[in-house]
Amino acid sequence: MFTPATGDNYLNHTRGIGSWLVTLDHKRIGVMYLVSILAMFMLGGLFGLLVRTELLTPGPTITDNPDTYNQFFTLHGVIMIFLVIIPGIPAALGNFVLPIMLGAKDVAFPRLNLCSYYLYVAGALLALGSLAAGGLDTGWTLYAPYSTQTKSAVFVVAAAAFILGFSSIFTGLNFIVTIHKLRPPGMGWFQLPLFLWSLYATAVIQILATPVLAITLLLLVAERTLGIGIFDPSLGGDPVLFQHFFWFYSHPAVYIMILPGMGIVSELISTHSHKHIFGYRAIAYSSVAIALFGFLVWGHHMFVSGQSDLVSMIFSALTFSVAIPSAIKVFNWLATMYKGSISLNTPMLYGLSFIFLFGIGGLTGLFLGALATDVHLHSTYFVVAHFHYTMMGGTMIAFIGGIHHWWPKITGRLYSQLWGRFACILIFLGFNLTFFTQFIMGSRGMPRRYYDYKELLPYHPEFHALHAASTIGAYALAIGLMLTAVYLLHSLFRGRRAPANPWGGSTLEWQCSSPPPHDNFATPPPVGDPYDFEGIEYDLQAGGYVRHAPEGPARVTTPGDE
Amino acid sequence: MTTDVGASSLSPPLALAQDQGSFWMPPQASAAASEVDWLFSFIYYIALFFFALIVILMVFFVVRYRRREGVGPQQVATHSLALELTWSAVPTILVILIFWWSFTGFVSLRTPPENAYEINVFAEQWRWEFTYPNGHSDDELHVPVDTPVRLVMHTDSDDVIHSLYIPAFRIKMDIVPGRYSQVWFRATQVGEYPLVCAEYCGTGHSDMVTIVAVHEPGGYEKWLELADPLKRMTPEQYEAYAKDPQAFTQANPEFEGLEPPWQMGKRVFTKKGCKSCHTVDGTPYTGPTMKGLFGKQEHLADGSTVPVDENYLRESILAPGAKIVAGYDNVMTPYQGRISDREIAALIAYIKSLRE
Amino acid sequence: MPDTGVGEPHAAHEHPPHLAHHFETPAQQFASGKLGMWLFLATEILLFGGLFCAYAVYRANHPEIFDVGHRFLNKYLGGVNTLVLILSSFTMATAVYCAQRSLQKELRVCLALTLLGGGIFMAIKYVEYHDKWKHGLLWGTRYEPHMDEPGHAHDQVKSEHTSGVGGSAEPSIQAPATAAASAPATQTAADERSTIAPATIGPRGLTELPDEESTAEHPTPRQVHNVHIFFGIYFVMTGLHGLHVLAGMAVIVWLLIRAHRGHFGAAYFAPVDLGGLYWHLVDMIWIFLFPMLYLIR
Repeated sequence: MFTPATGDNYLNHTRGIGSWLVTLDHKRIGVMYLVSILAMFMLGGLFGLLVRTELLTPGPTITDNPDTYNQFFTLHGVIMIFLVIIPGIPAALGNFVLPIMLGAKDVAFPRLNLCSYYLYVAGALLALGSLAAGGLDTGWTLYAPYSTQTKSAVFVVAAAAFILGFSSIFTGLNFIVTIHKLRPPGMGWFQLPLFLWSLYATAVIQILATPVLAITLLLLVAERTLGIGIFDPSLGGDPVLFQHFFWFYSHPAVYIMILPGMGIVSELISTHSHKHIFGYRAIAYSSVAIALFGFLVWGHHMFVSGQSDLVSMIFSALTFSVAIPSAIKVFNWLATMYKGSISLNTPMLYGLSFIFLFGIGGLTGLFLGALATDVHLHSTYFVVAHFHYTMMGGTMIAFIGGIHHWWPKITGRLYSQLWGRFACILIFLGFNLTFFTQFIMGSRGMPRRYYDYKELLPYHPEFHALHAASTIGAYALAIGLMLTAVYLLHSLFRGRRAPANPWGGSTLEWQCSSPPPHDNFATPPPVGDPYDFEGIEYDLQAGGYVRHAPEGPARVTTPGDE
Repeated sequence: MTTDVGASSLSPPLALAQDQGSFWMPPQASAAASEVDWLFSFIYYIALFFFALIVILMVFFVVRYRRREGVGPQQVATHSLALELTWSAVPTILVILIFWWSFTGFVSLRTPPENAYEINVFAEQWRWEFTYPNGHSDDELHVPVDTPVRLVMHTDSDDVIHSLYIPAFRIKMDIVPGRYSQVWFRATQVGEYPLVCAEYCGTGHSDMVTIVAVHEPGGYEKWLELADPLKRMTPEQYEAYAKDPQAFTQANPEFEGLEPPWQMGKRVFTKKGCKSCHTVDGTPYTGPTMKGLFGKQEHLADGSTVPVDENYLRESILAPGAKIVAGYDNVMTPYQGRISDREIAALIAYIKSLRE
Repeated sequence: MPDTGVGEPHAAHEHPPHLAHHFETPAQQFASGKLGMWLFLATEILLFGGLFCAYAVYRANHPEIFDVGHRFLNKYLGGVNTLVLILSSFTMATAVYCAQRSLQKELRVCLALTLLGGGIFMAIKYVEYHDKWKHGLLWGTRYEPHMDEPGHAHDQVKSEHTSGVGGSAEPSIQAPATAAASAPATQTAADERSTIAPATIGPRGLTELPDEESTAEHPTPRQVHNVHIFFGIYFVMTGLHGLHVLAGMAVIVWLLIRAHRGHFGAAYFAPVDLGGLYWHLVDMIWIFLFPMLYLIR
């Protein structure tokens, strides 16, 4: 029942740890990213659990020092945003899959790719070093003037985020050039798999928004160390300017986070429904639209900061425009499932979870984009729940789904579908218990970043039960994630060998062996419609799907969407 | 935040708000609240409709088109301009509606009426101070019912951003160092509601919780008049009160229920923000604890010792930098000009009461 | 800067020597490198874009700060620096031209001249910074204007002072203002102040008017509040630009070394081309900075 080990592949092409550390192979760099990012995800999750545990009971639960709690939620945010979600899908899965999906041998600049990985490592080490330097208690938003006054390690974390910004820029730059210049002959823009469209849109934001974060952090550090007076009100500066600068990056950054997730879901839904994606062009264009609109809405974080009412009105109107392309994507995914042949594999379950959770996350965004309701909901747990539904329920669920989708391709092994489905359902339930309760608390007036809520209990006795339920959900979520880690690791050693195409996927990465050879494709593969499932059928002998194409080479000229 | 801290003993204790609000929302206690809640419900039902539509379709497709032996996917169109336009246009129209209503609601939230009653708000790490037109300042917000009230808010330019948030009124506004901001409301329901800080401001962020008390007609004026009995007494009355509080209240029925100086001092201790740095239970914090302080020998940073008596306490309140206790930093704000002699006397009485 | 994947040890059989294994043709590799460089330059522009925004916000809200602050900058030195950078851009462009035509010696000369231009720019910048430092014309908390050496040759304050009214009780700080006052046609009182009306509620803060007692028509640094913000912006902008000049010089040194080894020629000149693009960007940013900071009036 074990197929013999395939011949030369990227894992055994060269041997020894040294060959990994200096590798220029995009697949190995992707794997190194994946391992590092998942390690950071565990650490960030640990801080999240500490936050939830502290809030289990009113008054002190695990620490009687509010500063310690403030550091928990700050580090949870910094690690999850800068070290997990922003690099997550593009740097790990994108790096691995992008050139293969394109039919290329590597990304355009392999050494720059390795450089951005080491920048990531340096940034991660610095961010963790902030723990040794006294931690950080400003929240991940680093709002001035609190961040210019606090005694905690703002400098170290700002330096870390600065370096991570360059890592992110280089990844984005690499992807744009690769997609522009390394497409094989015959692959036009509309033969790109949708995941690549989303990575392209993401890369555009990475390149255009991240430098503004860099300069903001530079100014913040200059403010702290030199006192240049640009953000510090006691020197005549304007702290709201910091918020504008910060959100000019950080709002587009949430689309850096969600767009690749949407791209993965497009692949998951189509592949596991064994059906051509519905509305290819609409989904592709909506990714670009989201990326562009994303630059125009940053002011919706400042409806109660004292910006003028007219400005708030404009930002609110622009914010709603993002709802349209998001809705288009969701409806197209549903239409893809219509009359498909849906396999409820683990990746598909994650795809469905994404639609459910992102649906809630997106729709609750309407309450926050609307001016009058945002005044009430701003800075409450409603916001916390909203962005966890989009970032965790959206991006991370898509990321985990993507890991399950490409796991056989990356490792050459199959994992247990039974455990996979079970863990997915546990994660789904735990997640909803953790964060749906926070919607209720938030709209009832529970402010975020509160170490303690006992003074609110005389007016809101329900907060105690809701916080406790949220904490229990967080533990269920954590158990689900750990279970996932266990069966995935187990599959590395005991899993069945994966066939080239275990799911019946139609994009190019399923045409090369699992794991792929060092150079991906000896000659550029024939290119056609990436979602043509015609003739892909399960083959018992191969243990996976094989395309029985009657007129194979003719597909080269097949146009994408017609 | 219990009812005995803060509200003057002379004011009738206000009951907790009976109205617990709806499932999603806290009580509606201001004119804006019903408007905001209406918009919330409107969006809520739109969101619910679309969410139900998506989930029902999704579950239906998964069941109906699950993978079965011998049944492949069916050949259907891979795109449809009509469908794309429909599901772009319908949400567009709906969000335009939402935007319009949210904007008009926002404008009325932001535009205080001309004749609004004005109360000054000062926020700092980590306390609130509300100053009323008669000069009285308090750590609780008291307002009359059915009257437009405008809060003019500020903080010191070397402080950080705070945000005043009254969930029951559905209002929130940041207080940014270096500029004044304002917010207004018209309370419609008598009762007590939480008032919190909604912009993260450091260690004591979650301690910046106080109450807003909405008084029935006439109640607010009475509260304000009685709010600060120390200020209200003539010098002769004060002298009599200081000598024998009990005899004084018996002789002056208009001061019925007046507390003895040490209890008055306890209020001042809260009101002036002392408790954000000094504990009364013996644990050292930013500053020394008050418990057992009076009468002991205090060790100073310069190595000398000083007996803690009335003069030392008075000096430490008005000019805290003069004598720094060993082990502490010189961080306390001088209270010179910010506290009256009568309040200092009450504070000293309170600290004396914490001797054992 | 993006690498072009060149120099990777690769058993290239029929490949041209500088073609990385994952590219099909040298033209594809060159086009990739060029696109990558342009994208990188876009990020650089956005990096400075943030600073330009900060500048625009403060300039729009508080023009008086900039009016007073810029008089302390030496526009002659700034002008010389602009000229030096433009010339060095020219020599850089010539270097690319030489590389494309395999003119090895000329390439080295042009690169060396460009490097020299960068060096002169930094030296003049040092003189300017030193002058500001000596007079306490620094950012935020370090802003303590004084003039302890009135005879300093580089001191624009001094040179204008000699032609001005002089004899003021506070020669140090009144100097530029009184000097400017000697040419009254250049300014009107109205635009000396912030264009923002004082807030309807709250303190006047930055919009405070000059002292009533001051008989001078024009505000002095002591009357205009927060002049230190001008110097904060000045030092951040020119400092960051200076770092970019240094980085560009490092790139040119690297190009010089490779040019000495004869790496470049008509078949392979991408590094010189890309380095040139970067140098032109550094030059361009200065061309914006110079009028924004030095030539406000």
